[in-house]
Amino acid sequence: MRAERRFVALLALVLGLAACTTSPPLRGTGDLGVVVERAEDSILIVDTTERQAIGRVAGLGDLSHASVVFSRDGRYAFVFGRDGGLSKVDLLTGEIAARVVQAGNSIGGAISQDGRIVAVANYEPGGVRFFRSDDLSPVAEVPSTYGADGARSKVVGIEEIADNRFVFALYDADAIWTVGLEDGAAPEVERFAGVGKLPYDALLTPDGHHYIAGLFGEDGLVVLDLWDEGAAPRRILDGYGKGEEPLPVYKMPHLEGWSVAGDRLYLPAIGRHELLVVDRATFREIDRIPVHSQPVFAIARPDGRQVWVNFAHPDNDVIQVIDVPSGEIVEELRPGPGVLHMEFTPKGEAVWISVRDANRIDIVDTETFETVGSLEAEAPSGIFFTARAHRLGY
Amino acid sequence: MPAASWVDRLALGLVIGGVAIAGPAGSAAAAEPSLQRQDELIHLLRHDCGSCHGLTLKGGLGPPLLPDALADQPAESLVAIILDGVPGRPMPPWRGLLPEDEVVWLVGRLQEGIGDAR
Ligand code: HEC
Repeated sequence: MRAERRFVALLALVLGLAACTTSPPLRGTGDLGVVVERAEDSILIVDTTERQAIGRVAGLGDLSHASVVFSRDGRYAFVFGRDGGLSKVDLLTGEIAARVVQAGNSIGGAISQDGRIVAVANYEPGGVRFFRSDDLSPVAEVPSTYGADGARSKVVGIEEIADNRFVFALYDADAIWTVGLEDGAAPEVERFAGVGKLPYDALLTPDGHHYIAGLFGEDGLVVLDLWDEGAAPRRILDGYGKGEEPLPVYKMPHLEGWSVAGDRLYLPAIGRHELLVVDRATFREIDRIPVHSQPVFAIARPDGRQVWVNFAHPDNDVIQVIDVPSGEIVEELRPGPGVLHMEFTPKGEAVWISVRDANRIDIVDTETFETVGSLEAEAPSGIFFTARAHRLGY
Repeated sequence: MPAASWVDRLALGLVIGGVAIAGPAGSAAAAEPSLQRQDELIHLLRHDCGSCHGLTLKGGLGPPLLPDALADQPAESLVAIILDGVPGRPMPPWRGLLPEDEVVWLVGRLQEGIGDAR
């Protein structure tokens, strides 16, 4: 009897071990992330503690200009491809858990506050489509139709906001819309027209209070106060270009919530080789910092002590680091041609930099500015760490 | 595609382009970029023009640059758009970064298609 029971226990143990060797060991995902290989159809899954790639997932379609959001358990990456593909990738197994091709040409997406809905902003056909985050089954669609002839605008700058809603801007329609989805009901859309010409990207402040869109066709930006229901968007920083002829912009700047450091916002000027330093309470310009070229990303280290800036073609081999307290440029790095993106580790001790034309990711210590590691990647562009899962507007 | 026809078409593109842009001043006779420069230009096209037009040139913030969209447009106006940009819109002027004959060569390649742009 006893011996029999022991055998059964042993068998269970052996079977259990066998099962273990085929399934990956238990681990968390808080220090994982993905690197987009923009010329391939693949992403690398990376471990920011070990500073290495732990897998490559291919079959994701056209990833030029791809972006990524994470499920709130940090296990799944939702990858938005240029070709309208939306893929849900399991970071632990490296498998594609679900995939849909939902439009012809898309720019990015967001995941709702409660983590249940993934929204994709589309250029072609213009509009926003919503999917369940568990199986990517479709939930709703909001076409970005404007004007009398039924044209549809390209949609940019989509972010998730409070009350489980989304906000985005309409490039061709000079508009900002918000959308709410109640279970089973038609999407509830609030529309703000005439916000300014050619909104090209937008950011949500990390507290979810303000949505700020950059305007290509105006010498200024527009802000929507999301805490003040019924408030209309208002123009800010009007005339920051001082009426001077703008310089050519060889790559559109990106606006994201990371450009907030303490009580200040650091915004790339359009057509000027400057960062605008803006007071978050009043939205007035406090300062402007001359920089190397047309800024593309201005990203604050998570503690807000530094702002890292990269630049448009043909100056995309340089990164400048601004020390926030002094407003000075304290470091200039030249990692190589085609610096496309920078992502800080969750607490900011290191930054990962994609150097497209060198097929390399550099990992740089943010205190000493020394390169502490590097990784091979095929034409890397966006780098996204799972810490984004728990922040609004990332 | 056999190499010869590729070269022929390219040469044709250059001639048309060259004639088209030779204005009253009659200057720009398009010289073909060196092979290495051609590689650099195609890289620029995919990645740097591609940041707005898409890596596969199927369109992004800027319109598609595929033969379907461009074949019927006069080469000289495409060359002019690339050199001078579109004022008030995000298309930047490339004059100063790209010499005119390289732009003529690029337009020829765009109008005939550069294949799967990967
Ligand atoms: C910063 C973004 C951006 C970059 C970089 C860019 N373009 Fe454009 N381009 C545009 C936009 C936007 C338009 C549409 C202009 C408009 O709104 O009228 C355009 C229009 C064009 C057109 C006219 C297309 C048509 O059907 O009329 C051509 C040709 C073109 N671009 C070629 C290029 C080439 C070649 C490069 C690289 C050397 C390039 N572009 C780089 C944004 C860009």
